[in-house]
Amino acid sequence: MTEAFIELDGVEKVFEVRRRSGRRLRRERCTVRAVDGISFAVPRGEMVGYIGPNGAGKSTTIKMLTGILTPSGGRLRVAGIDPSRERTRLARRIGVVFGQRTTLWWDLPLRDSYALVRRIYGIPEARYRANLERCVELLDLGALLGVPVRQLSLGQRMRGDIAAALLHDPEVLYLDEPTIGLDVVSKARVRRFLREVNSEQGTTVVLTTHDLTDIEQLCRRVMVIDHGRLVYDGGLDGLHAVGESERTLVVDLERELPPIAGVPGARTVRVDGPRQWLAFPAAASAAPIVSAVADRYPLVDLSLREPAIEDVIARMLESGEGRRSAVP
Amino acid sequence: MVESPVVQGLRAYVLIVGMWIRSTMAYRTSFALTVLGNFLVTGLDFVAIMIMFWHTDVLGGFAVAEVALLYGTASASLGLADLTMGSASRLGRRVRDGTLDTLLVRPVPVIAQVAADRFALRRLGRVSQALLVLVWALSSLEVAWTPVKALLLPVTVLSGAAIFGALMVAGAGFQFLAQDAAEVQNSFTYGGNTMLQYPPTIFAKDLVRGVTFIVPLAFVNWLPALRILDRQDPLGLPGWLDFAGPVVAVGCCFLAGLAWRAGLRSYRSTGS
Ligand SMILES: Nc1ncnc2c1ncn2[C@@H]1O[C@H](COP(=O)(O)OP(=O)(O)OP(=O)(O)O)[C@@H](O)[C@H]1O
Ligand SMILES: [Mg+2]
Repeated sequence: MTEAFIELDGVEKVFEVRRRSGRRLRRERCTVRAVDGISFAVPRGEMVGYIGPNGAGKSTTIKMLTGILTPSGGRLRVAGIDPSRERTRLARRIGVVFGQRTTLWWDLPLRDSYALVRRIYGIPEARYRANLERCVELLDLGALLGVPVRQLSLGQRMRGDIAAALLHDPEVLYLDEPTIGLDVVSKARVRRFLREVNSEQGTTVVLTTHDLTDIEQLCRRVMVIDHGRLVYDGGLDGLHAVGESERTLVVDLERELPPIAGVPGARTVRVDGPRQWLAFPAAASAAPIVSAVADRYPLVDLSLREPAIEDVIARMLESGEGRRSAVP
Repeated sequence: MVESPVVQGLRAYVLIVGMWIRSTMAYRTSFALTVLGNFLVTGLDFVAIMIMFWHTDVLGGFAVAEVALLYGTASASLGLADLTMGSASRLGRRVRDGTLDTLLVRPVPVIAQVAADRFALRRLGRVSQALLVLVWALSSLEVAWTPVKALLLPVTVLSGAAIFGALMVAGAGFQFLAQDAAEVQNSFTYGGNTMLQYPPTIFAKDLVRGVTFIVPLAFVNWLPALRILDRQDPLGLPGWLDFAGPVVAVGCCFLAGLAWRAGLRSYRSTGS
């Protein structure tokens, strides 16, 4: 059953903005193509990461998926519903977490906010109890239920928000930077929770983040967006191939030597005293390189570094940039 | 189960308001004090009217009890509208900082959430003060009561509240385009209320014409109150208009609904 649950077909969002131009007091109108023709489909139950640099159009996409913004062009369906036309109907079936702002009532204790959510969504008492209990346990909210939202710390509030978004058993959960500003422990807890929600409830999850560990630990599929365009859609491993990422072999020699040369498939990228760094394609095996070095050089120690995904994406965007500027 | 948006909205409104009342009632003393404060502050304009009557027996041909009738009806209407819809005037801030986003993802009409937001029960202060003045006016006036007039009075207060409420909703709709529109809307609601507390005879005819036909405030209390007092209106309008309040109110609500929807459609969130 791989029928698409979320479907975008050439979706665009153009903002008209007024900028004050130069020293003249006149304000000029110009347009920002925040989302510039994006197409993808997400089947039910999948957990996908949606990443890209600042201003790429991630939040704008999420806002169109929830019906907050109306697309300027293209076709968009979530569970067969056009979000902006039937926003209120769709709202019962989706959960949304904005990392940047709370959906809870600022002055109310968490418990009251949740009770109000229950009544607004008309959640049956038994389901509500079960869901709340599970969230409180897994997100460690027990001690926070009586605290007004405005008194919660950022990480506490975020956990409270995630719970609120799941009380009505949404079919899809959108998270716009859910781990922003969280400490390591909170991040781990949120990730474990999301993984469980996805696997146990079969909730479809779309999340944006700047923390690529989120993606590595949660999403088998990742979409990269840049300047409003989808530049990559596929597995995390495929990203390495596209980004031509390299692994690095770090070798410690007995003494300072000129840069290692003549190792097929590898090149020396850095030398620092007796330590040298050799880069080679991520897909290639390290074994022949290690033995070639060991054969000809006095080796003391060595270690292998996996490519950092940040670098992979940065490289991919750079090469994408090059392509785009070549085609005006 | 398909509920109409109106039923959905009312249900959500009642839920959210109930929750705010409960949380207000957690601090009873402070609640009592704020109601009292609201009662006294809004009562000051009636004190001002009373002071005027120290120097004169009639104002624009109206005796003090007759002015009190105008004051009581206008203020009660505004008070009711302010109590139920007043929170909507804070919409501009939500539009500017983008927090309206969070209301748009809930399965109930946005206007219900906006109007119920931070429901301020202290605004009962104005309502109770206005009703007191109204009771006093009715007890000191010698009105030739008929069943029609007796019915006209409560209908007037309610349709007046609906007209003021519609102005508030329309004002909120304009705040999508200009976040400072609240000031303009306040001059119609609060400013209009102050005007309606005085007899129409003391204002220039063009002004009276304006608040009859452009912003239909004359239907809030002037026209029906003149009927109750058996007086002619300064414009010499046909008598049946005195009973047009409910119809005007329905029309205003309809137009306000359109303005609100147009505003909501133009909402474009914020970049962060
Ligand atoms: N309401 C708006 N009005 C005008 N321009 C907007 C609006 N919202 C977004 N933009 C513009 O659209 C572009 C995409 O913004 P968006 O918020 O979607 O980026 P993002 O990928 O979420 O970035 P970040 O990682 O910084 O959150 C930006 O250039 C932004 O300036
Ligand atoms: Mg964003």
